[in-house]
Amino acid sequence: MSDKKSILIINQSAPYGSNKARESLDVALTCAIFEMPVSLLFIGDGVLQLLNGQQPEALQTKKHEAMLTALPMYDIDCLYVTSSDLKQHGLQSEDLAVPVKIVEQKQIASLIQQHDTVLTY
Amino acid sequence: MKFSLVVHSSPISQQSAATAFRFAKTALEAGHEIFRVFYYGDGVLVANSQIAPPQDEINLPEMWQALAKQYDIDLVVCIAAAVKRGVLDDNEAKRYEKDAANLAAGFELSGLGQLAEAIALSDRVITFGA
Repeated sequence: MSDKKSILIINQSAPYGSNKARESLDVALTCAIFEMPVSLLFIGDGVLQLLNGQQPEALQTKKHEAMLTALPMYDIDCLYVTSSDLKQHGLQSEDLAVPVKIVEQKQIASLIQQHDTVLTY
Repeated sequence: MKFSLVVHSSPISQQSAATAFRFAKTALEAGHEIFRVFYYGDGVLVANSQIAPPQDEINLPEMWQALAKQYDIDLVVCIAAAVKRGVLDDNEAKRYEKDAANLAAGFELSGLGQLAEAIALSDRVITFGA
């Protein structure tokens, strides 16, 4: 696997309604272990994955936010979210648990273009 | 072109599982190559040999098996997703002390590294059932 393809993972699912968010993270970490550059884009309800102060204990499930804070250890530093999705959910960057780059919706196309492979969860 | 597919959808309840199959078949018939199909999430249920759909419904496990045999495709099932849904090969059945293995012939249990490899070695990776 000498080929280091860059990967954009588009996250469109809320953190706890399904296991999509968790599956996405597992794929991101695996690809990072294989030294593939991984970027994450959060759209729609996916922005809720980034929220500060998640309390999933009552659901007997792991805290998604805690796993996101581990991303820099895997060299995953490029997290993108669109300003319109934040606004739609009534959020500001201070409400998020990890540093993100805020982009305009029209920039999504160029983000997709900049990566070799796109996966969606 | 060399494609790999990622299938997230259940073969029983979601249309996109059948769409993935039709995409693979059409691509192969058009002369393209399918390097690997990676089943993830509920998509792993396709490898349960105990699935018995009614006779007037399609049987996706059998359809994939036949296609893989004809074109020599790698059908890889995510082991973590499979084991927690009760899709086990002999090794996993023994490891978790279950009564029987039920992984259908032609499918292989393996890790997410196989998805990373498919991404590295394919021209296009297409996701079904995101």
